[in-house]
Amino acid sequence: MTAIKKKKAVKTDSFSLEIEAKSANESFARMAVAAFVARLDPTVSELADIKTALSEAVTNAIVHGYRNSRGVGRIRIKGAVYEGGKVVLEVKDKGCGMADVELCLRPLYTGAPEEERSGMGFTVMESFCDSLRVRSAPGKGTTVVLTKRLGGGAE
Amino acid sequence: MEYKVNREGGVLTLSLTGELDHHGAASARTSLDREIRLAAPKKVVLELSQVHFCDSSGLGLIMGRYRCATAAGAAFAVKDPSPAVERIMALAGLGKIIKTERSVKI
Ligand SMILES: Nc1ncnc2c1ncn2[C@@H]1O[C@H](COP(=O)(O)OP(=O)(O)O)[C@@H](O)[C@H]1O
Ligand SMILES: [Mg+2]
Repeated sequence: MTAIKKKKAVKTDSFSLEIEAKSANESFARMAVAAFVARLDPTVSELADIKTALSEAVTNAIVHGYRNSRGVGRIRIKGAVYEGGKVVLEVKDKGCGMADVELCLRPLYTGAPEEERSGMGFTVMESFCDSLRVRSAPGKGTTVVLTKRLGGGAE
Repeated sequence: MEYKVNREGGVLTLSLTGELDHHGAASARTSLDREIRLAAPKKVVLELSQVHFCDSSGLGLIMGRYRCATAAGAAFAVKDPSPAVERIMALAGLGKIIKTERSVKI
């Protein structure tokens, strides 16, 4: 009998990018991440999924995270790709954070109903990626980690 | 975000082009509502075939124009949504609230 050992996936590439929290940078962030992921030869729909999920996380940092901040906040976007086609993206802000993450994750929940938000941002991230992790605390900022496996494969 | 306006027999068609994210939505919202109020149409049609990117902020824009049209006493429909728009609308179950029209392809 041979034990099947799960090998840890090897990171093949990574980047770290800091952008100003301005809405004009939403498309810039999408383009940068799309260009990075393109080397894994994703399908059109995989690339669209990644761009859309990333856009949600970056937009949230801008419109919610830094809502009441003085000056322009900064958003750190990190990305890594692993052997086998796994993509991990991290979007981090140092804004107001969330008191109740579970509530915020609910479909249709928005903390800013007066601004024509749909409350579907986290739902989009969850549906378009394989996993979503959110770390946040009031006054401490927010980190969102998105993982997507390319090639249609579960592990 | 750019848009074109077409008025024909009480139907106001607003055709959007570009990326419908928070930035694009914020830039288009006010002027789209102004078009709706000025035209006082029977029906507002939001044509979205040239919207190649759409996230949940785009969803907010669509819902907002639906509300604006309804408040102005007009009917409302989305026309020819691009795959990006269609996917987001389906995810949110917007099809139950908003009518979608498709032009016949030849
Ligand atoms: N980076 C963030 N910083 C602070 N609050 C956030 C952040 N991201 C999300 N939230 C909170 O979670 C809620 C839900 O987010 P989301 O699902 O994207 O919906 P929406 O952006 O349309 O409100 C937001 O309204 C906000 O209250
Ligand atoms: Mg959001």
